[in-house]
Amino acid sequence: MLKYIIKRVILAILTIWLVATLTFFLMHAVPGGPFVAEKSISPQAIEALNKKFGMDKSLPEQYMTYMFGSRNEETGKIEGGVIRGDFSLSLKQRGFTVSRIITTKFPVSAKVGGLAILLALVVGIPLGSIAALNRGKWADNVILVFTTCGIAFPSFVVCTVTMYLFSMKLGILPSGGLDLGTSYILPVFSLAFYPMAYITRLMRSSMLDVVGQDYMRTAKAKGLSQSVCLFKHALRNAILPVVTYLGPMIAGTLSGSFIVEKIFRIPGLGGQFVSSITNRDYTVIMGTTIFYAALVIVMILLVDILYKLIDPRIELK
Amino acid sequence: MNMKNPLSFQLNVDDFLPASKEEKESLSQMRPSIGFWKDAMRRLRKNPVAMVCFWIIVVIMILAFIVPEFYPYKYEEQIKYSTYLAPFEFSEVEQARIDAGEKLFPHILGTDNLGRDYAVRVMVGSRVSLLVGLIASAIILVIGSVYGSISGFFGGWVDLVMMRIVDIIYTIPDVLLIVLLSFALEDPIRNLANVPGFKWLNTVGTGLISIFVVFALLYWVGMARIVRSQVLTLKNSEYVTAARALGAGSGRIIRKHLLTNCIGTLVVTTTLQIPSSIFTESFLSFLGLGVKVPMPSLGSLASDGLNGLESHPYLLLAPALLISLIILSFNLFGDGLRDAFDPKMKN
Repeated sequence: MLKYIIKRVILAILTIWLVATLTFFLMHAVPGGPFVAEKSISPQAIEALNKKFGMDKSLPEQYMTYMFGSRNEETGKIEGGVIRGDFSLSLKQRGFTVSRIITTKFPVSAKVGGLAILLALVVGIPLGSIAALNRGKWADNVILVFTTCGIAFPSFVVCTVTMYLFSMKLGILPSGGLDLGTSYILPVFSLAFYPMAYITRLMRSSMLDVVGQDYMRTAKAKGLSQSVCLFKHALRNAILPVVTYLGPMIAGTLSGSFIVEKIFRIPGLGGQFVSSITNRDYTVIMGTTIFYAALVIVMILLVDILYKLIDPRIELK
Repeated sequence: MNMKNPLSFQLNVDDFLPASKEEKESLSQMRPSIGFWKDAMRRLRKNPVAMVCFWIIVVIMILAFIVPEFYPYKYEEQIKYSTYLAPFEFSEVEQARIDAGEKLFPHILGTDNLGRDYAVRVMVGSRVSLLVGLIASAIILVIGSVYGSISGFFGGWVDLVMMRIVDIIYTIPDVLLIVLLSFALEDPIRNLANVPGFKWLNTVGTGLISIFVVFALLYWVGMARIVRSQVLTLKNSEYVTAARALGAGSGRIIRKHLLTNCIGTLVVTTTLQIPSSIFTESFLSFLGLGVKVPMPSLGSLASDGLNGLESHPYLLLAPALLISLIILSFNLFGDGLRDAFDPKMKN
């Protein structure tokens, strides 16, 4: 187990490094620079800014500085660099470090995203089980219609239609921001809509699979009550595919859906990321990408370990 | 003599007469043999949901590709004095012309902020979305099936290296790469469009091309995995051994035997890929990274419609609902196809 985790962590660091390197060079291949768009700025000032942020050096040199830090002229020590956890300053938001931007924006996204995941799980798992246990009956059909719609409607459709209905026509929910408790309802629902439908689908098909297994017949035959059968035998086995899906889903939802944050004007990490790309705020792009990649990889690793806990038969290797 | 005693063992001689021609024919079991495709299509035709979706797709295709050519308005045409008309409303100028006895085609969905007829814009928008879906899926089909079959067929370290590459592409947060790539590709494509022979790139729009490149770079991995797993199970079949014994090369085996045998999976996966491509395109257009103005796509139309949601909800609802309908129909049709090709999978 420990050996497995160590192996995975090394692999994860390798992947993050690869993603970071790829993003770095791709990002610099994008035409335009962070200071081009500003109008009232003289060529001398741009030069000074470039010098200040080390952008007058060659690309490989910048890469080395960004990743591994640079030698401080006075003390002679090597400082900064991503490997020491220093994501350097934002190029556009003066005086803010990238770490600070991420630590202020991420909790906002995480709060909305966390609630959405909870909603998706709490609704999706029971709905999927109900559909599977009542296969072919009306409950199954109703749930099937719901999941088909949930997978087909793009998030911006869900966002805008619910916003139009509940905040403009009925006027019962706020249409943006996060000032009130009720203003969480629409973004959380919109964010949860797709995973909810997807989890229901996964749960239904895996539950159908499990219910037909021999051990379920045995459990019933030896006189176990319906609820023990369902919760101890069926659910525990059927939930595995949902757990697999959970890893990438959690990472994606926590770091914020760009669309939902844009429409509901939530100051989260997703919106920050898109605007940093349009501004060519190189350090913020890098920081967010590395953060996001790390989040995905950590979540996938956690899910794999959770797997082992749920199903001891699985061998981690 | 006949039927005197039901228990009698005496045989009825009539039963042993030679059969007549008609009798022989009625007993023959010959039916026209049904091939793989015909069989699947027969099952598909019996599935009402899939057939309804099929006809919806056909109608939307006609609306998207044929109707705009004959429509009295053009998608980029700005009609004077007629911004933000409600559905079926005419501007004062148009009303005056109608009163003068002229016949004008109504603006079925009204007009947008620049006075362009919205119905034709939605139709052209769905043309763009459908084109993206179809072309992107074709790209994914080609790359994914070639990559997956090579990886699965050769196995060993080839498979290992190829699948690690797939894993890395899988781990890279795709949305981030899409956004970055579509920015990075904008300029090279614009430069390429100025080279003689590539002028057509300008009419298609750089945004659309970069979406295709993004799909070609990122989204074939799912297809590759599916094809690989199919090839892995198929490559040990007797007919592959037989083909090899007869001296067929690897390329021929992959093309003629393996890929033709997973044709069902390929068709189904491609069909299901179309809605997800449309989904991604609309997402990108919504963020403003897709097609170039004045060319509309359903995503960009919805994004523009968001600004006037309070006063002109139909500007948002029309493209939003149409794109949902398109994705829904393709999804359900794809499910129907899967059931038709592989009835065992149905549950």
